[in-house]
Amino acid sequence: MKLGYFPGCSLLGSARELEESLMLVAKKAGMELTTIPDWNCCGSTAAHNLNHLLSVSLPARILALADKAGMKEVLVPCSACYNRLAMAQYELLENPDLKKEVSEIIEMDFEGTAKLLNVVEGMEKIFGEDSVLKVEKPFEHKVACYYGCLLVRPAKVLKFDRPEDPQSMDRLMKKIGADPIDWPDKVECCGAGLSVSRTDLVAKLSGKILESAVKRGAEAIIVACPMCHSNLDMRRENIEKAAGKKYSIPVLYLTEAIGLALGLSEKELGLHRHLVPVVFPIREKKAEPEKAESAEESAGAVEE
Amino acid sequence: MARIGVFICHCGENIAGTVDVFKVAEAAGKFPGVVHSVEYKYMCSDPGQTMIKDAIKEKKLTGVVVAACSPRMHEPTFRRACAEAGLNPFLCEMANIREHCSWVHEKGEATTQKAIELIRIMVEKVKRNKPLYSIKVPVTKTALVLGGGIAGIQAALDIANAGHQVILVERSPSIGGHMLQLSETFPTLDCSQCILTPRMVEVAQHPKITLYTYSELESLDGFIGNFKARIRRKARGVDEKLCTGCGVCIQKCPQKKIPSEFDAGMGKRTAIYVPCPQSVPNQPVIDREHCTYYIKGKCKICEKFCERKAIRLDQQDEIIEVNVGAVVAATGFDILHSKDFPEYGYGKYPDVIDGLQFERLASASGPTLGAIKRPSDGKEPETVVFIACAGSRDDAKGIPYCSKICCMYTAKHAMLYKHKVHNGKAYVFYMDIRAGGKNYEEFVRRAIEEDGAVYLRGRVSRIYEEDGKLIVKGVDTLLGAQPVEIKADMVVLATAIVANQDAESLAQKLRVSYDPYHFLSEAHPKLRPVETNTAGIFLAGACQAPKDIPEAVAQASGAAAKVAGLFSSSELSREPVIAVVNRLPPPVFSTCTGCFLCEKACPYQAIEREEIKDRKGNVIKVVAKVNPGLCQGCGTCVALCRVKAIDLQGFTNEQVYCELMAL
Repeated sequence: MKLGYFPGCSLLGSARELEESLMLVAKKAGMELTTIPDWNCCGSTAAHNLNHLLSVSLPARILALADKAGMKEVLVPCSACYNRLAMAQYELLENPDLKKEVSEIIEMDFEGTAKLLNVVEGMEKIFGEDSVLKVEKPFEHKVACYYGCLLVRPAKVLKFDRPEDPQSMDRLMKKIGADPIDWPDKVECCGAGLSVSRTDLVAKLSGKILESAVKRGAEAIIVACPMCHSNLDMRRENIEKAAGKKYSIPVLYLTEAIGLALGLSEKELGLHRHLVPVVFPIREKKAEPEKAESAEESAGAVEE
Repeated sequence: MARIGVFICHCGENIAGTVDVFKVAEAAGKFPGVVHSVEYKYMCSDPGQTMIKDAIKEKKLTGVVVAACSPRMHEPTFRRACAEAGLNPFLCEMANIREHCSWVHEKGEATTQKAIELIRIMVEKVKRNKPLYSIKVPVTKTALVLGGGIAGIQAALDIANAGHQVILVERSPSIGGHMLQLSETFPTLDCSQCILTPRMVEVAQHPKITLYTYSELESLDGFIGNFKARIRRKARGVDEKLCTGCGVCIQKCPQKKIPSEFDAGMGKRTAIYVPCPQSVPNQPVIDREHCTYYIKGKCKICEKFCERKAIRLDQQDEIIEVNVGAVVAATGFDILHSKDFPEYGYGKYPDVIDGLQFERLASASGPTLGAIKRPSDGKEPETVVFIACAGSRDDAKGIPYCSKICCMYTAKHAMLYKHKVHNGKAYVFYMDIRAGGKNYEEFVRRAIEEDGAVYLRGRVSRIYEEDGKLIVKGVDTLLGAQPVEIKADMVVLATAIVANQDAESLAQKLRVSYDPYHFLSEAHPKLRPVETNTAGIFLAGACQAPKDIPEAVAQASGAAAKVAGLFSSSELSREPVIAVVNRLPPPVFSTCTGCFLCEKACPYQAIEREEIKDRKGNVIKVVAKVNPGLCQGCGTCVALCRVKAIDLQGFTNEQVYCELMAL
């Protein structure tokens, strides 16, 4: 099997471990990922804040290159890149005038035939029904699947999962033996691009997400988006400062969690690159910590 | 020889202001075949019509062209005038020199010339017109009412009280519809069942009403005045003639944990059941999906205990055929269900319920006997959040329309809750309050001012469970979009009103049009609100659009009046503009070769097959025949016929060609 592949800047920088783990899992599954030749920046947050035409033209060039390379499906692991590419594709296919204008700018015919896959859809393909992959070390942890905003919104354009309560990552986690919790913050805002300019806000917003996950007994947060990861992992110090308490919960890319379950090593998967160490509470017996938490309540109930 | 009269109308200044009518009259008078050409200020007035009548008699006219407004406006007027003067009305045609000419062009030579041309083509047409006669169709004076909710009940009673037979078909085991599920009704807070059940009993006892419950329309054929309906009477498993409704079978049934549809899942029922004690008819049905006998092959406890020996476990569905003259569709509505609200946890948290479920909680005959107890643990909720517009007016949910009744029933819910739980807190999130109706606005004010429901203008983004409470996160837009968080014990969603799941297939069975949301479409949004585009089929209640009880009742009475009007004479007369397959003397009989392409193409199933036989009864030829009752004169068959055996009366190919050639 073959898929086109668009890494984007994050996967070569702050989210190297996403690429490393993705590539390993894909390789193990016999999935060949071909990088779009001569790819460029997707425009990210900056372009669509400054110049609409630029924000469409940059992804248009990427998509045109993918078409030219004959790629039918392109995996775009970074949620921000995926969102920009999908938005541009939608807009250009809806608006023939814009398409013509952009085709002239990029000096290529834009057709937009390649289907875009986000990292969850990619993993569903790689680790799907007929996959050769086998779970060797079940990832037996309570996890909070955190989707973020870019993966599911706007629903009209992306048409991926239920925008208010997505389930696809939860399903993948169940498959590797994890126990995804039901929680309300799946698509809440982590602070996103304000990471640099308003770190204080990111600390507050991401802190809420961590608190909610921890409170519900999650042992790890599973993410798909490099931006979410950096806010929840890299900004941990700011979060703790703002909240006035410590959070030890690790944040893993879904590819890393799947990789671990497939028996790949922490080192190969790049877990050492995280700022928050990937360690899980030691359990003597299954479901022990959960019992301990509610011990007081249940004791009270018995007495009554 | 044709002797055509042309009558040109000034229509005050409407035509004469831009068209030189005198010149037109002069030019028309010179057309071949025209023996009389005059103009007049108002041709539709009495003196104008008299001019036409007199000319027909004096000049022995064989055809009349009135050059005036659109035929949609006055064709019936002028045709009637011609008929009064002894000329077949279909020998009168109109040339539209107002909408098609004077209204849309500047005053000038070219405009006058266009008017002359329009008359010229009509003269050529009318020369080839043949006398036609209205088609008489007999009327079966029995009405079929589909749906036994309040709209269907009202329509059935009104038609029956007008003296006509009614067949009322209801899908569920009892009539009553959603109204029977309601606790109290706005704006008077009178008990819904108390006002409805007398009507239900009246239906059951009315000598002119035949009631088929647990039955569905299978198919409908035919046309206005002459429909043939096939009705599936689902196997009840109980002999209705023998059963006395004693209820022993229900008490003895071992299957007791089936969620009750009538209680919107809030209560349980048995496998042999009546929806509620007030059911009409008060005879149970066996739910074969849940009955132990049908699942495991044994049980038959109901049969054992039935003293009347009325249980019929081997009963099969029965199809009955009835002839009816008119149909009233009153099939009602549904509400949006749980899968559509993951953000509100509807379907996930037992204490997030919908409006119908709250009705059952508040109803004295409901599973809690009217006590407000939340489903999860049966505790009385101290804080209840009501969310109006859950799905309605929300493009993201695919429902841009307003569900119309939610503002009112949410106010009622808040009020009922406060009346029953005095210390409880009721919060209502709303977008706008739409309380347009008699005493409606006052009712909402009462909920706010007297009963102290807290109204918050804003939407709820998310509901989740935390520490045993439902956390409702919303916004108050009247306080500068301030986020609001309420710890609630129960949440009631006023979920959007939607069409029934099978509304589309019903519309197709009835051949009536429907809107993108599968509500059945009325013929005209203002002037024909109870009729459909299919003659003889009428609408009542929420199958047409969301509506409240008074409106549904009003529409039902309107539909009943239309049916009574239709049944007021024993024959219907229709315009003879229909297709006909030619008939010729033997040995040809007809140029029709019997390919029956027309049969496939006809949107009204009006093409029949006719066998032409010799004297011994041997079939010589099978040819197409048009059913004059069904044909709507669309002409699709004419365009398709390869041997030109079909023609449209009044608009024959020859006539249309000649109109074009005259230009």
